[in-house]
Amino acid sequence: MFEIAPRKEPSRLMVWLTPALAVGLTLLAGMALFAALGKDPVETIRVIFVQPFLDPFSRTELLVKGAPLVLIAIGLAIGFRAGVWNIGAEGQFVIGAIAGGGVALAFYDTSGFWLLPLMTLAGALGGAAWAMIPAFLKIKFNANEILVSLMLVYVAIFWLSALVSGPLRDPDGFNFPESRIFHDSATLPIIIDGSRAHIGVLVALGAVVAAYVLMERHIFGYQVKLFGQAPRAASFGGFSRNMLIAACLGLSGALAGVAGTFEAAGPVGQLVPALPVGYGFTAIIVAFLGRLHPIGILFSGSVMALTYIGGEAAQIAMNLPAAAINVFQGMLLFFLLGMDLLVNYRVGWKQRAA
Amino acid sequence: MDLSVLNPVQIMVALIIASTPVLFAALGELVVEKSGVLNLGVEGMMIVGAIGGFATGAATGSLWLAVLAGAGAGALLALLFAVMTQYLMSNQVATGLALTLFGLGVAALAGQNFAGVTLDVAVRLDVPGLTDLPVVGSLLFGHDPLIYLSIFMTIAVWWFLNRSRAGLNLRAIGENHDAAHAIGYSVRLTRVAAILFGGAMAGVGGAYLSVIATPLWVEGMTAGRGWIALAIVVFAAWKPGRALLGAYLFGGVTIIQLNLQALGVPIESQYLSMTPYLATIVVLVVISADKARARLNAPACLGKPFYASS
Repeated sequence: MFEIAPRKEPSRLMVWLTPALAVGLTLLAGMALFAALGKDPVETIRVIFVQPFLDPFSRTELLVKGAPLVLIAIGLAIGFRAGVWNIGAEGQFVIGAIAGGGVALAFYDTSGFWLLPLMTLAGALGGAAWAMIPAFLKIKFNANEILVSLMLVYVAIFWLSALVSGPLRDPDGFNFPESRIFHDSATLPIIIDGSRAHIGVLVALGAVVAAYVLMERHIFGYQVKLFGQAPRAASFGGFSRNMLIAACLGLSGALAGVAGTFEAAGPVGQLVPALPVGYGFTAIIVAFLGRLHPIGILFSGSVMALTYIGGEAAQIAMNLPAAAINVFQGMLLFFLLGMDLLVNYRVGWKQRAA
Repeated sequence: MDLSVLNPVQIMVALIIASTPVLFAALGELVVEKSGVLNLGVEGMMIVGAIGGFATGAATGSLWLAVLAGAGAGALLALLFAVMTQYLMSNQVATGLALTLFGLGVAALAGQNFAGVTLDVAVRLDVPGLTDLPVVGSLLFGHDPLIYLSIFMTIAVWWFLNRSRAGLNLRAIGENHDAAHAIGYSVRLTRVAAILFGGAMAGVGGAYLSVIATPLWVEGMTAGRGWIALAIVVFAAWKPGRALLGAYLFGGVTIIQLNLQALGVPIESQYLSMTPYLATIVVLVVISADKARARLNAPACLGKPFYASS
């Protein structure tokens, strides 16, 4: 039989080895899944994980999918480290899109270099404000932030749907529930010609660097880690728990809001009810797979973007059901969480009693 | 607005039907949390129960097989959670979230050929003579058997937790797993059993939704009901009777807003559709505001990992 014993300190080797192992195991389990669905497993894996790199357009699409995932996951990871569970990034993403898109539509008749920065600011503030609801209710009334932030996802999605079929509906749009298409100065500049890769990719990279500095070189990062590992010690140290809850939720909400604005002002180009496609939830997997570390998230976001793009390719080329990719992503998180055992415990054969 | 189209008895029955899926799931989660485990995967277990039940109902035409399949599917997913958290010592919050994401994916994959399929397996328990009584008859009799089962389970869970030896052990484990372990209770096995029960109940709730309440399969049809069940457990202060009240409160809000939509109230339907979620937040806030009481009611070991050193 196996025997486990707690480690005094988490194994540093295992912290970074287990995500790679989890990806490997998920590939194997994924092949079993694809075989069960009647697809050639090796070919499916090749289409998902190799094909996107062979085609120049697919390569740039990786950036389009990866940018929002990384942006959102960076913010969530900071909260998760402090033990603040923001599960409602999808809702903050939607509110960010409404706020940023609202600015774009309000200035539909004017254009200027200042419009995009203003939209981004509005998106950040909108997302942050939406996230401050669970923060406020947690601080003031002790309400569980997981449940409140999640409930607000549904509220946000209904609100977006109400707005685009009401006040924000395109007046020339034949009553379709869609906003006007944003004009050029409210649309994100493209950084690679002939692709949809927009300037948000660079913003996401900047967020990785900023988060790294914040978490590893700034007192705020120290507070976050201290609260996550020893909340009582942090309180005795004079750090304010309430400030930390507000900061973590506000920051992750702002980043999710910016991601929402970028989605509306980038690949989509208008406000539509189908704008939220689950980035806010997938980003939870990205955050864990990246070990809640900014650099790790950059890699895990890329892997997850690959499963999206490769999954789409496999849908077209091999008729793979779209949901198979969601199952695949879920398995990845399970394998990773299961392998955490190796990080925190020593596993060995049971010794005979002497 | 013409209010005469509203029939109070029909509204009451619709309320109960809207409440029952959440009630099953909340009762299951209540037992899980009483044993000291926080399983945030209720939404995932409900949706696999919904597709498991629906697919079986479509294949066999039997209500009971459909319900059993729903329970089995929910319990199977719960088993994954049990192994992960109790034996692989994974973080309960993260694993619960993973369970929900995974369950939604699995259900969507399994259900892709069932969209648009209709189902008619519902049976009604008619009591000759009694069902025909005015008001009382149509309120108390002539419904599907699962409604009665949900009421029975509320009482059974109450009896189990408060009047049975095994329930006492389970509560002891939830309050202090180290002490319970020291006097020889099996912490892990009890928790695994509780988690499986919670999964089966969430699965039955999901199956009720897809097989009886709608009866249709729609991707993502649980629409947050699993999360609302989690909120109801907090609202109920871990008491089965109050979980029933909480579930019916949720059903009430749902039915009121649906009726307002049907009456053509002059606001956009999306704002009415928000109300069950907003009501859940309000209820959570009201119930959690009294910090001392919230701490008193919550099982002391809720969400904490248990590692037996010997």
